[in-house]
Amino acid sequence: MPSINNSSETICAPATGNGIGAIAVIRISGKDTYKIIDQVFSKNLSEAKPYTIHFGEIKDENKTIDEVLISVFKAPKSYTGEDTAEISCHGSEFIQKEILNLLIKKGARLANPGEFTLRAFLNGKLDLSQAEAVADLIASESKSSHEIAISQLKGGFSNEIKKLREQLINFASLIELELDFSEEDVEFANRDELVNLIQKIQVVISHLISSFAYGNAIKKGIPVAIIGKPNAGKSTLLNVLLNEERAIVSDIAGTTRDAIEDTFVIDGILFRFIDTAGIRETSDSIESKGIEKTYEKTNSAQAVVLMIDATNSTKECIDKELTELQFKIPNYKDKNIIVAINKCDEVNLDKTSLNHIPNIVFISAKKNENIEELKNLLLEPIKNSTQQIGNLTISNVRHFEALQHTQEALSRAISGIKNETSSDLIAMDIRQSLHFLGLITGEISTDDLLENIFSKFCIGK
Amino acid sequence: MFSSHEQIVSLPSKIYCLYKEYDIIVVGGGHAGCEAAAAAANLGSKTLLVTMNMGVIAQMSCNPAMGGVAKGQIVREIDALGGYSGIVSDKSAIQFRMLNRSKGPAMWSPRTQNDRNLFAKEWRIMLEQTPNVDFWQDMVNELIIEENKIVGVKTQLGVEFKCKAVVLTNGTFLNGLIHIGEKNFGGGRAGERAATGITEQLIKLGFDHGRMKTGTPPRIDGRSLNYSKMEEQKGDENPSKFSFSNITSPLKHQHSCHITYTNPTVHELLQEGFEKSPMFTGRIQGLGPRYCPSIEDKIVRFSERERHQLFVEPEGWDTVEIYVNGFSTSLPEEVQYKALQQIPGFENCKMFRPGYAIEYDYFPPTQLKHTLETKLISGLFFAGQINGTTGYEEAACQGLMAGINAHQVAQEKEAFTLKRDEAYIGVLIDDLITKGTKEPYRMFTSRAEYRILLRQDNADIRLTPISHQLGLASDERMKRVEQKQKWTEEVIALFKSESVSPEEMNPVLEEIGSSPIKQKIKAAQVLSRPHVNINNFNHTELLSETLKSMDEESKEEAEILIKYEGYIEREKETADKLNRLENVKIPANFDYTKLSISAESAEKLSQIKPTTLGQASRISGVSPSDVSILMVHLGR
Repeated sequence: MPSINNSSETICAPATGNGIGAIAVIRISGKDTYKIIDQVFSKNLSEAKPYTIHFGEIKDENKTIDEVLISVFKAPKSYTGEDTAEISCHGSEFIQKEILNLLIKKGARLANPGEFTLRAFLNGKLDLSQAEAVADLIASESKSSHEIAISQLKGGFSNEIKKLREQLINFASLIELELDFSEEDVEFANRDELVNLIQKIQVVISHLISSFAYGNAIKKGIPVAIIGKPNAGKSTLLNVLLNEERAIVSDIAGTTRDAIEDTFVIDGILFRFIDTAGIRETSDSIESKGIEKTYEKTNSAQAVVLMIDATNSTKECIDKELTELQFKIPNYKDKNIIVAINKCDEVNLDKTSLNHIPNIVFISAKKNENIEELKNLLLEPIKNSTQQIGNLTISNVRHFEALQHTQEALSRAISGIKNETSSDLIAMDIRQSLHFLGLITGEISTDDLLENIFSKFCIGK
Repeated sequence: MFSSHEQIVSLPSKIYCLYKEYDIIVVGGGHAGCEAAAAAANLGSKTLLVTMNMGVIAQMSCNPAMGGVAKGQIVREIDALGGYSGIVSDKSAIQFRMLNRSKGPAMWSPRTQNDRNLFAKEWRIMLEQTPNVDFWQDMVNELIIEENKIVGVKTQLGVEFKCKAVVLTNGTFLNGLIHIGEKNFGGGRAGERAATGITEQLIKLGFDHGRMKTGTPPRIDGRSLNYSKMEEQKGDENPSKFSFSNITSPLKHQHSCHITYTNPTVHELLQEGFEKSPMFTGRIQGLGPRYCPSIEDKIVRFSERERHQLFVEPEGWDTVEIYVNGFSTSLPEEVQYKALQQIPGFENCKMFRPGYAIEYDYFPPTQLKHTLETKLISGLFFAGQINGTTGYEEAACQGLMAGINAHQVAQEKEAFTLKRDEAYIGVLIDDLITKGTKEPYRMFTSRAEYRILLRQDNADIRLTPISHQLGLASDERMKRVEQKQKWTEEVIALFKSESVSPEEMNPVLEEIGSSPIKQKIKAAQVLSRPHVNINNFNHTELLSETLKSMDEESKEEAEILIKYEGYIEREKETADKLNRLENVKIPANFDYTKLSISAESAEKLSQIKPTTLGQASRISGVSPSDVSILMVHLGR
C-alpha cells in the first residue's frame, strides 16, 4: 500500500537541506501535529495562536535534546493546508535525527519524498503545474531510492532481509495452508517450531534494529568527543588526527571556544571528532556556556577521549576526574571511554600505577607518539560490533521504522501462539510483519503465499 | 455411454421474434445463470432464461456439496444479498457441517452435502415461483450487437430475442471438449452437447480468449462398497444452515460421508495408464486448477506421498450413487476401475460412470468492469466459468452480481459493486478484473486481506442493508438483521458493564481448564479468554436473564465481537486506510502515457483501466510510486 496517500497520518521531515547549517528546520504536518508536539515540547501548543513562535526545549522524557523555536501554523492556513509546526533547532545532523526519532516514537512517520507538497496540492494549495513538478520529483526520488536499494544489495543487507522474508513466507504459508485446507489431509504447522522460527527471526531483526544507531554513525561518522582540562592538548590531538590546522591552537587556556566538528577516517571507518572547549570550573559566562556544550556533546558521542596533562596530574587527580565523569556524562556505561595521558614525553610517569584504568593510552600529541594505539582503541568496539551483526547495518529511518513494526507484529504473533489464539488471527500478525518487511524489499502479495502453498504442498480433494 | 450429439445440419431460413422485448436475457441455467435470472427478475426486470436443456437447470456438475472453507462464506453472502443459493442448499441438504469450529471465527465455514437431484429441483421451483422469469430451451449462437451495445440474441432454432442486457453464463459448454483416456469428444458435461458460435463471434468482436481445464471423479455404486473399512464422517450434532431467513430450517436427519485413502498399489496402477492420459500426452492444453488436482497430478507432483485422502460422498437421500471426492481423473476408464478396486472398502466396487476432464473456452476477466459488464460491449455481462473461475459458489455470486447490474444498466441506474472489505464477493470480482487468472480461480480465505471482517456470521449485517436499499433483500430480512444487531449490542454493553464473581464463575472455569478468577471482574474480560464461550455465563446472576431472551445467532455474534475486538478493530483501521484510495476515482478515458511512470506500468494501467486508485494499486507491476504520481495527476 502506498503510504503516501494516507493523509490521516502525521508526517515529519527536515525542511532544510543536507549539510550542517547554523540552524535546521524540521517540519511536522497532519492532524496529530500538536498532540505529538505537546508530548515532546516544554510548552503546550495545542491552544497556541496560529502564526506565533515559541521558545522552549525538546525533551525525550527527562532528557533535553535541544532548545528550539517552534512556529505554529493551523489548518487550513499552512503550506500543506493541515496543522503544521516548524521546529527550528540547532543545525547538527545528530540533533535533527534525534528530534525526528522522537517525533516518530510519538506517532508521526517520516514523510515520503514530496509528501508535504503532495498534501499541499491535495488540499488545494498548489496549481497543476506545481503539482506536476511534484510528480516528477516523486519519480526521480523513487529512482534514486532504487539506486540506494541496489547499493544495499551489494552490502548484503537486502539478501539478509530476503532470507528472513522467505522464512516468514514459509511460516505464513503453513498457517494459511492450515486455514484454507485443513479439512484435507495436510501436515499442520508445529507450533513450537513456529515459535522457534519467529524467535530466530526476531533475534536477527533486533540485531538489525540495534545496528541502526551504528549504521547511522557509519554513514554520518561515529561521534567522538575529546574532553579534558584546558590546555590538556585536545586541539593538538585533533590536529594530529586531522593532520591539519582545524582548531585554534593556543597556549592560553580557554581559547578553543567553539565546538568544531570534523571528520576523519581510520581504517575505512568514518569518525566525527568533536573538539570542545575545556572543562574547568569557571565564572566566565561565555566559557561556562562552552562547558555546558561539552556535556551536551559527550551525550551525543559514542566515544569519549579524556585528555589528561601528564605534567600536572597525580594518580589521585586522574582517578577523581574519572569518577566525576561517570556522573556528568550521560549514559557513561554505553560509551567507549578512552583515557589519553598526554605530554608523556615531558615527564617520567609511573605507568603501572594507572594499570587499573581500562582503555588507557600514553601519548604525546605534539610529538605524534602512540597515536596509532589511540586509534586502535577507537576502532576496537566498532570492529567488534561489525562482526556481531555480520556486516549488516540499517541506516535508513524508513527501514528502521519498518523493522520496528515487523518486530511488534512478530511479538503479537508469538504471544498469540502462546495464548492459543486461533491461527487466523496469528496469520494476521504474520501477514502484517510480512507487509512491513515488504516495505524494505518490495511488495508481498497474497499471491506469493498461494504460490508458495501450491508449489510445496499437496492440497485439494 | 458417451455420444457426441449430432449438430443440427439444416439451419432455419427465417429469423423471427417470438416475444416482445425482454429487459434481461440470461444465457445458461447453471449456478450463475439461475442467480442472475432470479436477481434481475426480483429487482423487476422482465427476464428470459435461455438454456440448452430445461431438464438440467442448476445441475451440480461436480461434487454434490455447497460451501466449505471460503465458499461457505460466499453462500452466506449470496443469501444475505437476497440470492437463492443458500435457501436451495438448505432445502436439498443431506448433511451440514460447520468446518473449522476449532479455529477463529473468520474460519468457520458452513458446508452442506446435497441431494444432487433435489438441489436442481428446488432451484427450478424457486425460479418458477419468481415472477418475471420466463424460460426458453434452445442454444444461443449469436449476440445481436448495434454500435457496441447488445440489443438481443439469436438462437439455433432461429428465434431472435430483443433485450437491453445479456448475461452470459456458459460454464464449460463453450466449445467444451471431454477427455477420457485417449478418447475425446465435444460436450459441455457428460451426456450433454457443447455450445458453439459465441466464442467465435466474441473473438471477432475483439475479445481475448483462452482454454481452461477441469475434471471430475468417477461415480460409484454405493451398494458395492464396504463402509466398515472406512472412517465415518457424521454431520454436526447441532446442525446450522446457510440461509439467514426463516424460510428454511436446520436438518433433523443427516447422511454420513466416509473417508478412505489411496495407497502405493493404487498409484502404481494409475501410473500404468499415464501413457494414455490426455494430461501427459499433451492433448489437453487448457490449464487446470492446482488446488483441485487430478489424482494423476497428485501422484506426479507429490511422489513422496504414499497415500491421498478420499471422501466418499452420497449423492442424495434415495440414490445409491456415490461421489469419490479426491479422485478426479481423466485416465482411461479401465485404469480408473482397476485402481479404484485397490482402495480399502472399494474392493468390489462397481462404477456408474468414469471420471473425465473437460476443456472449455474462457475470456480473461480483465476485460470486465467491476459490474461484470464487458468493457467492449455495453450491456453484455459475463458470469461464472466463462470468467475463468471454478466452483458453484464462485459462479453463483458472479451470477447474482451480474444479474443485479444487468438490471441496473437496463434501468439506467447506478452500478452495484462490493468492496474488498465488504465481501468475499468483492474480493473475487476485484481479483478477477484486476489481476486476471491463469488457472481456474477458486476462493480461499487467504485471498481476502480483511478475512477477520468477512465472516460467515456477519454476512447479513454486512450486506443485507445495502441489498435492501437496492431493493433486492426483503423487508423481512432487513427486520431480522436489525433485531440481531440490537440484541448483539445489548449483550456487548452488558458484558462490558457487568461483573461476575469468583463464586459463580470458578466452577465453570475449572471445568474448561481455565484459571480461576480471584475477585469480581467484568464479564467481557472473562469471555475474552480462550475456550470460554458465551453460554458459560448462562447461570450468572446479572447476565442470565438477557441471555435467555435472545437467539443463538445474536449471542454468538456478540461473543465474537467481544473476544476478537482488538483484531477486528485493527483490521478495520487498515481497511479504512486503504479505502481512501478506493474513493479516488479515475476517469474512464484517462491517458496513462503522459505520466512519468514506467512503460510497463502505463501499459498495464491502459489495459485494465482501473476505476479507482485502489484498484490501480493492486495491478501487478504498478509500483507505489506510480500510484502516487497517478494520484497527483488526478487531483483529489
